[in-house]
Amino acid sequence: MTPLLSVRDLRVSFALDEGLVRAVDGTSFDVMPGQVLGVVGESGCGKSVTMRAILQLIERPGRITSGEIRFRRRDGDNAVDIARLPPRGPEMRDIRGGEIALIPQEPMAAFSPVHTVGDQVIEAILLHGHRWQEGGRRLRRAEARDITVGLFRDVGISMPEQRIDAFSWQLSGGLRQRAMIAMALSCKPRLLIADEPTTAIDVTTQAQVLALLRDLQARYNTAIIFITHDLGVIAQMASYVVVMYLGRVMEQGPVDDIFHNPRHPYTKALLRSIPSLHGATRVALPVISGALPHPFNRPPGCPFHPRCPDAMARCAAAIPSLQPVAAHQLASCFLHHDQAEPA
Amino acid sequence: MNAPSTGTAAPPLLDVRGLQKYFPITRGLRQRVVAQVRAVDGVDFTISEGETLGLVGESGCGKTTASRCILRAIDPTGGAIVYRTRDGRTVDLAALSPAALRPLRAEIQMIFQDPFSSLNPRMTLLDNVGEPLLVNGMKNRRERAERVAELLRLVGLRPEFMHRFPHAFSGGQRQRIGIARALATSPRLVVADEPVSALDVSVQAQVLNLLLELQSRLKLTFLFVAHDLSVVRHICDRIAVMYVGQLVELAPTDAIFGRPQHPYTAALMRAVPVPDPRVRSSDGILGGEVPSPAAPPSGCYFHPRCRHAQERCRVEAPALREIAPDHMTRCHRAGEVAF
Repeated sequence: MTPLLSVRDLRVSFALDEGLVRAVDGTSFDVMPGQVLGVVGESGCGKSVTMRAILQLIERPGRITSGEIRFRRRDGDNAVDIARLPPRGPEMRDIRGGEIALIPQEPMAAFSPVHTVGDQVIEAILLHGHRWQEGGRRLRRAEARDITVGLFRDVGISMPEQRIDAFSWQLSGGLRQRAMIAMALSCKPRLLIADEPTTAIDVTTQAQVLALLRDLQARYNTAIIFITHDLGVIAQMASYVVVMYLGRVMEQGPVDDIFHNPRHPYTKALLRSIPSLHGATRVALPVISGALPHPFNRPPGCPFHPRCPDAMARCAAAIPSLQPVAAHQLASCFLHHDQAEPA
Repeated sequence: MNAPSTGTAAPPLLDVRGLQKYFPITRGLRQRVVAQVRAVDGVDFTISEGETLGLVGESGCGKTTASRCILRAIDPTGGAIVYRTRDGRTVDLAALSPAALRPLRAEIQMIFQDPFSSLNPRMTLLDNVGEPLLVNGMKNRRERAERVAELLRLVGLRPEFMHRFPHAFSGGQRQRIGIARALATSPRLVVADEPVSALDVSVQAQVLNLLLELQSRLKLTFLFVAHDLSVVRHICDRIAVMYVGQLVELAPTDAIFGRPQHPYTAALMRAVPVPDPRVRSSDGILGGEVPSPAAPPSGCYFHPRCRHAQERCRVEAPALREIAPDHMTRCHRAGEVAF
């Protein structure tokens, strides 16, 4: 199968007065059509910046410095390289929202408070309206409104005809996130990027929203990149997982292998450090020693080596590349490199 | 009030009885009171010395309001907060005047959720951590610096850091600084409001370990307010679950996780995403939403979302009752059905 999206050696840096922050430093992964890809990592691992790069939403002083983001468009045989497209150009504006949609973390901040949620969804549908019409006829506003009511019903909003005229601040957190999902789905995207979509909401509402996303994914077969720091959410949602640390992919593989046979020391440490609903209580949890390094102060070699229990001399000298460790699993760690590579 | 027994002979350190906090909803120029938001509506619990009680619930359930009442950061509308002081007296914190309360403030301290907004960015660690000492009469700067150095060592930071400002530290380190400040006055009761929810997974484990270690070393008593059940389970001896301003269940940790006796507690546990892809399930997801504490439903507040609800639940409000030793529940159907 050819991937829908293929990120290769992506680098994004921010030139600040204090120095250069390499937020994404050589990230590579693929998203297959209809796949739910989980991206997991702690603050500063570059997961959100990678997603903004995919949407060409990196703002100054940030810049995509190198790498490719190849995306297979709906009606194209060849993939376009998003990294080469002008951020404000017509093609990028057509892809953004039209073929790749975003569900942001905080729907309160994402919706405009002075327009009704319905109007904001209708606006998106009118902008990318040709996806709902054959022959390129422009959609009428009343038609877009009917589509919006249908979308609101699809995402489980009760009384959609009334709720469509509500402002975002009149809705509860769960309803607001459902309306956001309706907006993201409004243009029938092929790829949905969900950036911590349930971090700001309560646990019982989170369960509802996760079930909804799972259901919609099965119904529309949309590919989803699911970004979160919550390993529980990843385990429940993703079929394939990418583990990031300081702008690099540490390990990637099918969800079952990542949770039951992790090969990278960082993945292993991360999984050990979460308290569970079944483990021993009131005993010290295994921790990852040390702290995340300051962004201006990246360690040389493997970014994880100062905190790694298995670090060797060469880990400080060279950056390990992603190498296959099992059928579909890759890890960037010298423990799994068979022979010494030229540094 | 049917306050739960603690199972120990010693009187509890804190005995909260019928705690209420109502916020008025006002309207018009005359600020006429049209309704009350019953944020905390008759909460009872005790905390024994050296114990950690977890206060759990979703946004708006009143857990933070209840903890702020105990600190008297806000004044409760009703109820008693009986506290046993270091010299063995019992006082009702809810009834004390601000002046009478002041000497007790050193004994009850707080750890905040957000380590980025809870430290003064213009003050060095020495001043941030040392301020409670200054307020409590330690005027000598050198003496204060010695105590701050000791506190920083206690929370795993280097004493040399005391002349730096908070911006130089990571989230986990700032939370350690916040803990050092809370411990400055050698408190006996520490109220921790979501102390690890703003932290990354790897750092969260470090801070939880620190809290456990400090508790056994300093014989601290914790009221641990949180929404993350796996964290609460890890650190607490007993757990109190709140829903729309009321306690719905209160029991020792093992009992409540082994056999929850309230459908809301059971639903909360099922809603936690299990970090294992082999255990995937959407069963028992709670529908609907948390009702507003300004207009709660009739009868049992949970009945519109409860799959076990009967006619009685719609009409009659259940009382908190003891279903098993030390296990309190506010459910008509507990004991009849397994949740």
